[in-house]
Amino acid sequence: MNILLILVPLALLLGFAGLAAFMWSLNTRQFEDLDGAGWRAISDDDISPTETGKH
Amino acid sequence: MTLAFDAPTRDLSLFVRSDAKGTEAMDLAVAGIKCAMCMATIERTLANEPGVVNARVNLASKRLTVEWQKGKVTPARILERMDEIGFKAHPFSLGRLESEEAREEKRLLRCLGVAAFASMNIMLLSVSVWSGNASGITTETRDFFHWLSALIALPTALYAGRPFYESALKSIKARAVNMDVPITLGIVLALSMSVVETFLHAEHAYFDSAVMLIFFLLIGRYLDQATRRRTRDVAANLATLRADTVTRIMPNGTLVDLPVEAVEPGHLVFAAPGQRISVDGVVTEGNSEVDQSLVTGETRHVAVKAGDPVYAGTLNIGGQLRITVTKADSGTLLAEIERLLNGAVAGRAAYVRLADRAARFYAPVVHATAALTFAGWLIAGLAVKPALLIAITVLIITCPCALALAIPAVQVVATQGLFRRSVLIHAADALERLSEVDMVVFDKTGTLTVPDPSLANRGDIDVDMLEAAGALAMASRHPLALAVAAAAGKPPAAHNVSEQAGAGVSAVVDGIEARLGSLAFCNAKVAGAEVAAAYPDASLIAYRRGDTVAVFAVEQALRADAAETVARLHASGFRTIILSGDRSEAVRRTAERLGITNWHGELKPADKIAALEGLAGEGRKTLMVGDGLNDAPSLAAAHVSLSPVTAAHLAQAAADGVFLGDRLRPVSDSLDIARRARRIMGQNLWLAVLYNLIAVPLAIAGFVTPLVAALAMSGSSIFVSLNALRASPRGPSEVEGRLDAAKVEALA
Repeated sequence: MNILLILVPLALLLGFAGLAAFMWSLNTRQFEDLDGAGWRAISDDDISPTETGKH
Repeated sequence: MTLAFDAPTRDLSLFVRSDAKGTEAMDLAVAGIKCAMCMATIERTLANEPGVVNARVNLASKRLTVEWQKGKVTPARILERMDEIGFKAHPFSLGRLESEEAREEKRLLRCLGVAAFASMNIMLLSVSVWSGNASGITTETRDFFHWLSALIALPTALYAGRPFYESALKSIKARAVNMDVPITLGIVLALSMSVVETFLHAEHAYFDSAVMLIFFLLIGRYLDQATRRRTRDVAANLATLRADTVTRIMPNGTLVDLPVEAVEPGHLVFAAPGQRISVDGVVTEGNSEVDQSLVTGETRHVAVKAGDPVYAGTLNIGGQLRITVTKADSGTLLAEIERLLNGAVAGRAAYVRLADRAARFYAPVVHATAALTFAGWLIAGLAVKPALLIAITVLIITCPCALALAIPAVQVVATQGLFRRSVLIHAADALERLSEVDMVVFDKTGTLTVPDPSLANRGDIDVDMLEAAGALAMASRHPLALAVAAAAGKPPAAHNVSEQAGAGVSAVVDGIEARLGSLAFCNAKVAGAEVAAAYPDASLIAYRRGDTVAVFAVEQALRADAAETVARLHASGFRTIILSGDRSEAVRRTAERLGITNWHGELKPADKIAALEGLAGEGRKTLMVGDGLNDAPSLAAAHVSLSPVTAAHLAQAAADGVFLGDRLRPVSDSLDIARRARRIMGQNLWLAVLYNLIAVPLAIAGFVTPLVAALAMSGSSIFVSLNALRASPRGPSEVEGRLDAAKVEALA
């Protein structure tokens, strides 16, 4: 049962990582515009004309 | 008399926030944002504007935040730029209430995240213990798992359960019992018993039940909060976009357009013909006619001259006015309305919601059952400790998870259903109050009728005449002319039109002078008398070209589906009554056309309240539908109230919800949905009772383990939530296509 000493903290750590990620996304206001966020992901506005020219 | 001024400039400094780094920012409500394309266009256009640091559209709330370097660009320029690309935008500042609601929503979401994390991890440990109990887990391992669960559950319950504890404490302080009291008691008992049991190396602990309970309840509470905020956001946007500006005459004689909030008593403001007067004041200079229908319900225009009072919400029809802004002094109409409103609002707070009424029965029954169980087992010969354990299990299993979800879940679904039918409900308990209504009280002007006047005698008028008059009317801003122009299908404006203030417009067409304006201006008194006899409620405007004359009767038409909606209400068993501030004669004709037998005209705001109190005294639950400033007190005094989105600000704030568009149908729709929602709330409460009828005997008999508790709790919660989904039926408007926020906005 010594494996528990590794697995249990590991499970908790993963859980905490999930919680921390959620809190981070909440604090960076990612839940404020659920409609717009989906569209921003597929818009290519963040690529400047000079960048597109390089390809 | 004409007052000559340059075109006014715009001052928006009231809405601008500035920070230490030299950037300024402004929030705007934007009409017409429909998709990602609009979002990208707005953001790109503004970002290319020199001086703008950041422009970000919120597609969900249809709002825009712009930041710029101080001095590099003016807020007026940003609005101008928005105008150029075809979006009407209006700045707004977040109200205190709104930002508080947003903070509360964020807090619930944070609590929800913590509870979700904790219930997942505790479940992991609990499932191990449950399977271990069946296959010979060692006491040390089990204790280790239980302590670990306690380590997660205790801080979680302390943090994520706060919304419930706070509400429970508040209700106890007010010497009442709401649903959060048994919830809090259940959580505290489950946790403390589990800690004691773990200490004694026992087999069962209820950490998972306590945390899962918090998690489920937070989901319901968060959804409820989020739905209400969404409808409130849309309503706030609509109100902002409608917000009238005031043209202030500065001491140096220039004109500045200001938001209403920036004008103070003593300031001098200017009102052009066709402009809404958005302040209370006294006319200092000028003669005009004003349309006070939004204030008093009176459809006939009132003549004003220097020294006469005017109220916010009246429409200036005739000539230019200079107005000195005044406060609502005692003795004025507005002060009277405010006094009545305060009284009515204070009277309403007493409503007890269904969930809290259920809690009043529920809490004593459950606690008595637990106490009897304890006593029963003692008498049956069990020791104190196991008897106490069983009694606490009874309390845990009855902890009202399904009961507490039963109502918010229905509320969320029904509120969204109403939103799709263009009704925005903002009071939390409005749905329950709506479901109890048995009588609908209508105001007439602006509620049963469409607020914008339209041409009434179209059938009597020659098509060519109408079009020629329409071309002239397009050159005027006069409300009567606007109605003629709209009836003519907005033809291109005539050329070389000259305006004679207070009389009408004229132009020479093909060598013959054509005139549109008052009967005297067009020399049409004879023809006018005939039309006036046929349309006694209408305002008249005449057109003359050479020897041919046409007289147009303009009045507020009934909403297209008013008769149909009233008939539907009657068919569903609702009684109807009209309480109007307009002349009795006009009210009688409207009532006859709609088949409403019960009506009263010429009512003052206090009379309306007295009438509502009389109805309440007869045991009637009234739904008041009204739009005028004079309706505001009765909107607050009625059991529940709705107002059209065109209503006066004060009226809208007093109502429990607003409906959009030119139709009356949303009124009957909201009653239907509310009744349906109430029925499903009732069903859900019975489902929760049924669950208790099965689970409680098991608990009393001592058969309930943490596994049974977890299954029972999640099972009943899911069942209740699924049933709640039926609260929004598929209606005709949904067949036509789902209404989203953009369409709702377009309807207004």
